[in-house]
Amino acid sequence: MTVNITFDQIQIGDELPVWSRKTDFMNWNRYAAVNDEFVYIHMDDEVGKAALNEQGAFGMGNLRYTYMLNALRDWAGDEAIIKECGLQFRAINQKNDILTVTGKITDKQSQDGELLIFLEMNVINQAGEGTTPGHAIVAIPE
Amino acid sequence: MSDSEIPTLVTQDMEDLKGVWGEERVAYPISISDIRKWAIASYWPEKPPRIFWDEEYAINTKWNGIIAPTDFNPFAWPIERPPQAPGPPRAEGGNREPGTRGMNGGQVETFGVVMRPGDVITSKNRLKGWNERETRLGLTLFSETEIEWRNQNNEHVKTRISTSIRY
Repeated sequence: MTVNITFDQIQIGDELPVWSRKTDFMNWNRYAAVNDEFVYIHMDDEVGKAALNEQGAFGMGNLRYTYMLNALRDWAGDEAIIKECGLQFRAINQKNDILTVTGKITDKQSQDGELLIFLEMNVINQAGEGTTPGHAIVAIPE
Repeated sequence: MSDSEIPTLVTQDMEDLKGVWGEERVAYPISISDIRKWAIASYWPEKPPRIFWDEEYAINTKWNGIIAPTDFNPFAWPIERPPQAPGPPRAEGGNREPGTRGMNGGQVETFGVVMRPGDVITSKNRLKGWNERETRLGLTLFSETEIEWRNQNNEHVKTRISTSIRY
């Protein structure tokens, strides 16, 4: 299916479907492999501890950003266009965390021939803590 | 020297390079295999959407072929490593001097045309500006770097404003 949802079907206040991943070493390592991100603090517990994270190595911020974009793509479908996405890194992703991308529709507008959906985004951990508050703008099919 | 005695973390090279676009970098051409691997890794352990790996499917979408995931990085695995962004020296080993500790503050990206197999992406970046203030971490420097990508047709692919934090 290329069109998952249309502009008319979306209401302000709607939330994205649940999108979760358990970030074990396999998730980190695969992402590091494609993004050339073999940085010691993300791979080596001793270096992670030296960087003041008591649990050792910690996850890549870029991977959480990727999860946010993937959740948007899975919700909006292949015909949608992600126009903008941003976030702030507020907490560390520890190994084996279960991360869930959240998104809530805050506005919908027609601008310059595009049907735009505005979202408030975050990636929360298993303790319910928001680790990366952010936002997104997605152009949705009519 | 305590944090309160440090007048600024802003360095002369930051002042000199503020707003100045650096040398352009050109990525290797994007291959279908690069895209497929990226999609598998970033969706792991679930199967990625077909738009990223199934040509037969993708040809019938509005994109008329496979596209790259929005966050795809064609600059991964360069032969020559790009230079570090200007700023205070980074901490080495147990160095905890003020200004040498850092973290990634976040980013905002605005997207233009999608990336496709065969595209050759050119990147340029500049130090956009900074904000320095006292925080619970002591004197803290928030630096913004602007990165712009264009494809071989000079079409805008994306602009990233990333925030680096030093304290």
